[in-house]
Amino acid sequence: MQEIAMTILDIIQNSLRAQAMQIQLWIKDSIKDNMIHIEICDNGCGMSLETLQQVTNPFFTTRTTRSIGLGIPLFKESVEATGGSFQIDSRLQKGTKIIGEYVKNHIDTPPMGNLVDTMITCIQFDAKVNYCFHYQNDDWAFDMNTEDVKALLDDVPINQPEIILWLKDYIKEGMHQ
Amino acid sequence: MKSLDELKKIREQAKERMAVRGQEGQEYRVVVGMATCGIAAGARPVLNTFVQEVAKEHLPVTVMQTGCIGMCALEPIVEVFDKDNQKTTYVLIDEKKAKDIVLRHLMHGEVIDEYTVGHYSK
Repeated sequence: MQEIAMTILDIIQNSLRAQAMQIQLWIKDSIKDNMIHIEICDNGCGMSLETLQQVTNPFFTTRTTRSIGLGIPLFKESVEATGGSFQIDSRLQKGTKIIGEYVKNHIDTPPMGNLVDTMITCIQFDAKVNYCFHYQNDDWAFDMNTEDVKALLDDVPINQPEIILWLKDYIKEGMHQ
Repeated sequence: MKSLDELKKIREQAKERMAVRGQEGQEYRVVVGMATCGIAAGARPVLNTFVQEVAKEHLPVTVMQTGCIGMCALEPIVEVFDKDNQKTTYVLIDEKKAKDIVLRHLMHGEVIDEYTVGHYSK
């Protein structure tokens, strides 16, 4: 993956496939602390201990189209290549939490990339899912909860193309303070 | 700075367009593969190009995401379903090709043969 934002999108696709209705994305990007902290937490179907132990193995997958699953192994390897840390925790019927922490100034740390597109791509997937986004760096922070947006939309689904386009500009402005 | 209140205006526009789309019916369904393979190959800008063009041109088209379609080397893959559920599979799509598909296929009903999986495997 060329961007951290693409890895995040990939991991959130796992949450969506696990029927999560509530997904939290928490990012701290700090030069001061020399780290990029990525945390994704969902209330999807979760995994058994047995599955959890295999999930960082690229030759394990639950899908049937192919016999390999690279999403989580790629994230783990990308984080660990920078000297950072990776954690995954999951409980059946409760959800899954993944934390990856990159060492920011390491030469192998990928660029953050386009977080705005990642967020709107997530929102576009299914209007029923709710997201809580939090991004902070050393100078400013941006927060968005899709429930606040939906409260203003009445019966118009949040993933209507017109709404998605507006949200894209809204998030873009929020992320360029 | 945009405020969430502005959203109310956009909501009314979206409502009107939804009503129009509802009357005319959905002409096409566009499905973009968004598994690890798709994302790594550049499916995110492809998906967002479709969303943007559909909104801009007010097209009666639904844009959807799916998982791995099974031909990872040919990602980004885009499937276009017409009203009769006839499927056209486009492979190795980028933003420019996505715009071509919107213009030629979604707006004028022309299948772009040279982007299809059939053309690629010849």
